[in-house]
Amino acid sequence: MKRKTLLLVGLLVLACLLTACGKDKDELIKIGVVNNPPSESGYREANVKDMEAVFSKDNGYDLKTFYSIKNDEQLQAAQGFITEGVDYLLISAAETTGWDDVLKKAKEAGIKVYLFDRMINVDASLYEAAVVSDMAKEGETAVKWLLDQNLSEYKVIHIQGAMGSDAQIGRTNALEEQFKSGKMTKVAQQTASWSEDEAKKIVEAVINSGEDFNVIYAENDGMAKGAVAALDAAGITHGVDGKVIVMGFDCNKWALRELLAKKWNYDGQCSPFQAKIISDLIKSGKAPSQKTIINEEKGFDAKTLTQSDIDTYGLGD
Amino acid sequence: MKEKFKRLFSGGLGQMTIPIIALALLVIFNLIRDTSFFSIGIMHNNDGNAVLSGNIITIINGASELAILAMGMTLVTAACGGQDISVGAAAAIAGSVFVKVLKASTAISGGTVVLAFLCACIVAMLFALFNGTLVAVFKIQPMIATLILYTCGRSIAYWINGGATPTVYSSIITAIGGFIPGIPVPTPVLIVVVMALLFRVLFHFTSLRLFTQSVGINGDAARLNGINSTFIKLLSFLILGVCVAVSGCIGVSRLGLINHETLLLDIEMDTILAVAIGGNSLGGGKFKIGGSIIGAYVIQTLTITLYAMKVSSTDVKAYKAIVIILMVVIGSPVVKERFGKFMARLVHGSKRVSVKGVEE
Amino acid sequence: MQEECLLTMRQIDKRFPGVVALNGVDFTLRKGEIHALMGENGAGKSTLIKVLTGVYQMDGGEIRVEGKPIFIKSPQDAQNHGISTVYQEITLCPNLTVAENMFIGREDSVWVRRGKYEKRAEEILMDLGVPARSTQQLGDCSLAVQQMVAIARAVDMKCKVLILDEPTSSLDDKEVQMLFSLMKDLKSQGVGIIFVTHFLEQVYEVSDRITVLRNGELVGEYLTEELPQVQLVSKMIGKELEELSNLGETEEKNSEEQEVFYEAEGLSSSAARPFDFSIRKGEVNGFTGLLGSGRSESVRAIFGADKVNGGTVKIKGQEVKITRPIDAMKNGIGYLAEDRKRDGIIADLSVRENIILAMQVMNGMFKPISRSESEAFADEYIKVLNIKTASRETPVGSLSGGNQQKVILARWLLTHPDYLILDEPTRGIDVGTKLEIQKLVLKLAEEGVSVTFISSEVEEMLRTCSRLIVMRDRYIVGELKGSDLNQTQVMKTIAGGEA
Repeated sequence: MKRKTLLLVGLLVLACLLTACGKDKDELIKIGVVNNPPSESGYREANVKDMEAVFSKDNGYDLKTFYSIKNDEQLQAAQGFITEGVDYLLISAAETTGWDDVLKKAKEAGIKVYLFDRMINVDASLYEAAVVSDMAKEGETAVKWLLDQNLSEYKVIHIQGAMGSDAQIGRTNALEEQFKSGKMTKVAQQTASWSEDEAKKIVEAVINSGEDFNVIYAENDGMAKGAVAALDAAGITHGVDGKVIVMGFDCNKWALRELLAKKWNYDGQCSPFQAKIISDLIKSGKAPSQKTIINEEKGFDAKTLTQSDIDTYGLGD
Repeated sequence: MKEKFKRLFSGGLGQMTIPIIALALLVIFNLIRDTSFFSIGIMHNNDGNAVLSGNIITIINGASELAILAMGMTLVTAACGGQDISVGAAAAIAGSVFVKVLKASTAISGGTVVLAFLCACIVAMLFALFNGTLVAVFKIQPMIATLILYTCGRSIAYWINGGATPTVYSSIITAIGGFIPGIPVPTPVLIVVVMALLFRVLFHFTSLRLFTQSVGINGDAARLNGINSTFIKLLSFLILGVCVAVSGCIGVSRLGLINHETLLLDIEMDTILAVAIGGNSLGGGKFKIGGSIIGAYVIQTLTITLYAMKVSSTDVKAYKAIVIILMVVIGSPVVKERFGKFMARLVHGSKRVSVKGVEE
Repeated sequence: MQEECLLTMRQIDKRFPGVVALNGVDFTLRKGEIHALMGENGAGKSTLIKVLTGVYQMDGGEIRVEGKPIFIKSPQDAQNHGISTVYQEITLCPNLTVAENMFIGREDSVWVRRGKYEKRAEEILMDLGVPARSTQQLGDCSLAVQQMVAIARAVDMKCKVLILDEPTSSLDDKEVQMLFSLMKDLKSQGVGIIFVTHFLEQVYEVSDRITVLRNGELVGEYLTEELPQVQLVSKMIGKELEELSNLGETEEKNSEEQEVFYEAEGLSSSAARPFDFSIRKGEVNGFTGLLGSGRSESVRAIFGADKVNGGTVKIKGQEVKITRPIDAMKNGIGYLAEDRKRDGIIADLSVRENIILAMQVMNGMFKPISRSESEAFADEYIKVLNIKTASRETPVGSLSGGNQQKVILARWLLTHPDYLILDEPTRGIDVGTKLEIQKLVLKLAEEGVSVTFISSEVEEMLRTCSRLIVMRDRYIVGELKGSDLNQTQVMKTIAGGEA
């Protein structure tokens, strides 16, 4: 009995010494990240991986993470990080509301808050900066690229994502404007709800109807792939030297490889890489000049894409 | 022939009548709308093969996974009096396993594909066994039992993938999901035919049909006649498991890509619907696999029709719902009986003849 | 007899498709009496009750309450006329309190405050001596108390006629006594009680009068003290069919020199108490006893239909294990179940499929009987048993009861069993078919098949069986053969020794 107590005390002392040592060695910046789970999408997976890579021990960070798609669980986790005493709190919230109290507490505790990917409905004084994507801009970039191609006519098959999602709305609106202004003709506009197979069926239906088209604007890579499969089956050429221009979004590595092979023409991206920007802000020690920082959106043209672009910006493998 | 015709229209409507009428109505509607809707042509695809094309091909090809799942679902429905709502999620798992095994090998040969399919099959059957055990041994309502896998299946698929949308490139996979060089018919259609033949063989060389129907209609009586109803129910789930694996692998092969979130999304509801449109009672008992297959084609024809009519994205589901309500109501016992009586009066002149009288 | 008539039912008719359930039945209930309604299964007791409570509409006859003719259109209607029923299964809500249960669903309860009706409930319970508090959850009370709460509810609804349908079947002796004292109490308050039960002792303990029904007809109304138990049993079981030929009476029923085919020692199941039993090759024997005496449970144990708990079983002297129906079938035993609808037919399947089912099961899954073969079997047995069906592909559910029974018989005959158990094969079927089945049993015995035959009609069993095993209260109480095989002796044994 006595011996056990002794052992326990010994271990405790040892533990204290070790932690003390750790602290002495170098001061790590404590980061608490509240994010959505990587299984949510390819985008999120890349986002999570990027966070973990940038805020690594080697870069001088002590990273703690919490993933959930439920707002209340996220709130609790944020509360936990505050109690633990992190230096910075990074949040990509599941919902835009309900964060006031937590962020106020963080401010009282002197913890600096950065929002990334998604905005929250709170007073701007409660966070340092928000690094977010502009979905509308992403669509505009893509449509601008399409207009730059100077085709004599634009007959577009528009394959939409799940109706009502941010990405769908952003990517649809820019194109819709062109349809309205009459610069482009809407051959078909239908939702495949992000499903590759549905996209294929939609394009097949158009082909079978015998209608002519020369652009496929698919709101993600998977649906673009489905559409291309329909073209292949019908013997319709596509890509850089083909009859039909193929456009996708997300910049999965496999999709960019299609671009590199010149089978597709364009791939747009809502960048999941906010970690570097935040890290730079933290390391600079200065308050950011503006509250909302729009993450640079990429758009790749098959003609100019390089292998190193794929390695740097491609998602997944 | 005349006998058959009579039975179709006079007495209680035959089981196959409703799905055939539904399909016929859709076809007629399309022909009126666009006379060339069902024209079939030969095209050369980008691999240089001569292949059949046209809306019919698109429909029959596109319904392949649904038709295969409907076959298995019919059996589960008949034996257990309930449905497996996890087939979509389970197919995502099977597809993920398929891709995982393919990616593990350096070069994809015919052997690797077979191996990958067998692995997918085994995994799908294990999950089916899990569902089946809950239903047959623990007597849990099938919908509740399979709700578990329905909820977590796609997450499991994500773990297997270890990330989003892995892709595979291989001419064999392309051939499975598209066309085998030299054969103008889409391979998934051929697979449906093979599966249908396999079911035929199964029912011909075993007494599974009789036992399944007995268990589904009257479990107590089946037990007292020495039928092991637990085993029959488990078996129906295992067979559905094979169907799940096959359709999962077809789904993956079509594009050479597995997206755990979208592969065969919402197919479980379409599958159940196909079984119902096929004139099978969702409460179990007597069944006709052929009815379910036609049911699958009815649903697919409906979807493609809506695409061809360019119904706006936001309205598609509403239109689908309207047509389905019509079909289900027409197939309901009440309408069937009234219609039967009406036809009986037509066939037998003005004499009032009850439905029963005609049957006898 | 100048007691005031509370309820009179005259010439009540009730027909169902193909069956006359009640044929001109009279029933009279007087004020302040406990009146037992007796009869075997299918006698018409429950139909009569359901007519009285508005579940069924009668096809003819007249019901009067206190001399005034009434028409009962629904159960609600019956209650308004002061007729309340307490069923065998408690139909109250176990998750509500006693008081809530007493007042739920009554027109006058909606606007009454909780405190008020709790107080009222307390008063009634006190009055009737029911040991329950009004605020207690009903589910926490014993079954007997729940039963009594249901009665208290009826009493508070100013019921004049109280129907108790098998109220004691799930109560123990002490609880039964509690219930009886409550019944006597109500009786003294002038309530008329109709008591339906199959426990003879209880009838004699508590009832004043007995009405016996048989096959939908009134046998008679008797004062309890004037009707000995043996006579009651004989009236319930009846002696009809006497006009039919005395088949087999003179035949040699002695098969004692034959080898023993089946032998069980201490066999018991989840439903049957341990018993010994044996049957010789070519012997016809029977289990008899009143409903609920355990006769069906015993034969089910032989077939492995319920979970077998213990005992040793020998077939032709070899010890075998029979725990599932398939074991029994493989040992040459066939079993025609008591409840044809629930345990026998596969209603939606065709006559053909129903006939080949057992044989197919024995053949196994991988040796399906071919279509042509199965058609031949079906045709053969449709002819042999004279099954009346439109075709062999007609769903068996659309056949009449007798023909359904023949289909199931055909199913077992097709397996060529060595030992056939027939539980109530003749119930609910017409006289002609009954006779055919009896003849068939004797013919089978001649061919060397052992048969165990159960019937509620003793006559029928006397004609076919060479040995009768008599059961009472789930125990074998006697075995009759030879000269003991006569109506009086059987009645005596069933009723419990006293002459």
